[in-house]
Amino acid sequence: MPEPLLRLAGVTRRFDVSRPTLQRWLARERRQFLRAVDDVSFAIPAGTTLSLVGESGCGKSTVARLAVGLLAPSAGEIQFDGQPLAAARADPGQRRRMNMIFQDPYASLNPRWRVRDIIAEPLRAFGIGADVPGRVAELLGQVGLAGADGERFPHEFSGGQRQRISIARALAAAPSLLVCDEPTSALDVSVQAQILNLMRDLQQLLGLTYLFISHNLAVVRHMSDRLGVMYLGRVVELGPADEVFAAPRHPYTRLLLEAVPDLERVGSARTPVGGEVPSPIDPPPGCSFHPRCPLAVDRCRVEQPPVRKLGAVEVACHLAEAGAD
Amino acid sequence: MSATLARWRDSDLWHSFTHSPVALGATLLAAVFFVGAFGAPWIAPHDPFNIASLSLLNSFRHPFASWTYPLGTDEQGRDMLSAIMFGTRVSLLVGAAAVIFALVAGVGIGLVAGYAGGWLDGLLMRIADIQLTFPAILMALLIDGVFSALVPRDRHDSVQIYVIVLAIGISRWPQFARVVRGSTLVERGKDYVAAARVIGIGRGRILLGHILPNVLGPVLVIGTLTLGLAILDEATLSFLGVGLPQTQPSLGTLIRIGDDFLFSGQWWVTVFPGVALMLLVLAINLLGDWLRDALNPRLR
Repeated sequence: MPEPLLRLAGVTRRFDVSRPTLQRWLARERRQFLRAVDDVSFAIPAGTTLSLVGESGCGKSTVARLAVGLLAPSAGEIQFDGQPLAAARADPGQRRRMNMIFQDPYASLNPRWRVRDIIAEPLRAFGIGADVPGRVAELLGQVGLAGADGERFPHEFSGGQRQRISIARALAAAPSLLVCDEPTSALDVSVQAQILNLMRDLQQLLGLTYLFISHNLAVVRHMSDRLGVMYLGRVVELGPADEVFAAPRHPYTRLLLEAVPDLERVGSARTPVGGEVPSPIDPPPGCSFHPRCPLAVDRCRVEQPPVRKLGAVEVACHLAEAGAD
Repeated sequence: MSATLARWRDSDLWHSFTHSPVALGATLLAAVFFVGAFGAPWIAPHDPFNIASLSLLNSFRHPFASWTYPLGTDEQGRDMLSAIMFGTRVSLLVGAAAVIFALVAGVGIGLVAGYAGGWLDGLLMRIADIQLTFPAILMALLIDGVFSALVPRDRHDSVQIYVIVLAIGISRWPQFARVVRGSTLVERGKDYVAAARVIGIGRGRILLGHILPNVLGPVLVIGTLTLGLAILDEATLSFLGVGLPQTQPSLGTLIRIGDDFLFSGQWWVTVFPGVALMLLVLAINLLGDWLRDALNPRLR
């Protein structure tokens, strides 16, 4: 098996959410930490897509920001191409091999910059390519925009077109790894498919590696080689996408898949995922999913389930069995 | 070039400008002052600084009595209209220089405070808060006093104009800093800044290349309104006698000189510079108000 391009080992990220020092001192409170990402490990082989799914607030966007070095982990190690991430980012030759596509295409493009300057920014930052205008035109063509669009400003484009500009910028320095933080969730459904197809075509053409963050299982099914399911900062199930979709082992994964609309099962009764995600500031003891889990037993309330390997799939559940289905 | 011009003529701002009688009127008034002030050496009817041309026989001529001295003359026979034109020039120059100083300092401090956050932000903003608890004119008086004490007495007149610019500039930076810090806090959280950080763009280039262009809108408005205030600050200082020397009379200096003759009947020596000051500041403030409304998307 080839060396993975990105590897996270036991990565944890805490945020200090306590009130300012003076107020905290007056109210005699302790410091409070939010554990957004808790002991997350996975690896992405070059040229493949790993998707992370989960509800709002489960820490998937934090994983995306950790993976490109926008945030530093509180514990654990991130490796890019066999090198610690901090070292890789200090070297421009390695740093240009990673980039990110953001969720909100209205906030991720500087409104005062022309599109050609936005796309050329990575080229100029890394000093690559003698013919910057030519390369910008090539990139615009690659994402399905016209060369003349480079002269315009972001507000003259629709959400889908802006996301294409984002992709062109991310591709400018010919990266290997693209971290995509919900790249389609701000778009209309019809436009979502166009953007996803574009991303898949580009992956095949350029041999890109994707870390793909989403809350939409239908989108993920379209894209993934491997799939990770996150709940309250932890990866509860991780394995080949086909297998996770066909035979979900963790009760949370099953509930999520149950909730996906399915044309063949119109009108059949569905079990919605009940309850709210507990607060990550004060997570429940034991398995963090037990308050909402239909199968929870006493052991789940006290003992945190370790990650176990069941065939090709890793599951963090006391009750999951190898031949679950 | 013509494309830029065409885009400007299509812009909302231009449309709002040409459809606002207040903006057009204020611009016309300001233009009259600008032309009068900066063209003074060429178009003023007399040179009030040329002692040879002055004659005490011409002192205290009444206004509107002759075309030679349309606004009358002062106690030394100087033409009031020419004195006002030259005085407006000094007032505008000092005001503009002070605003540029306050703007550059305030925008720089605001950007750094907003982007750095933490203790540096706290320190800079507390300094601004403390300064804002004093009236700006008091601050300017204090700074003016300190500088005057530092400069040898025989050089006072030559450096006084810089001291005044600095005093007013320092007293007016906090408004710029606070507004820019607030906008910077909003902008630095946006994903286009994250996108620049991912490819390793340095802090300085992010601040100047990405954030600065996005926080300049309100700065333009405050700059215009502050210009009116700075001109008034200078006039106040000069009226109090700590401002510009008589060799470089500004509108404030003219008002102070004329004030001595108000009760002996020569009202025009102080009233005309006062009216000129009022109209100048009014024109600038009206422009600032219009700009604020025109740039506010919620009022469109």
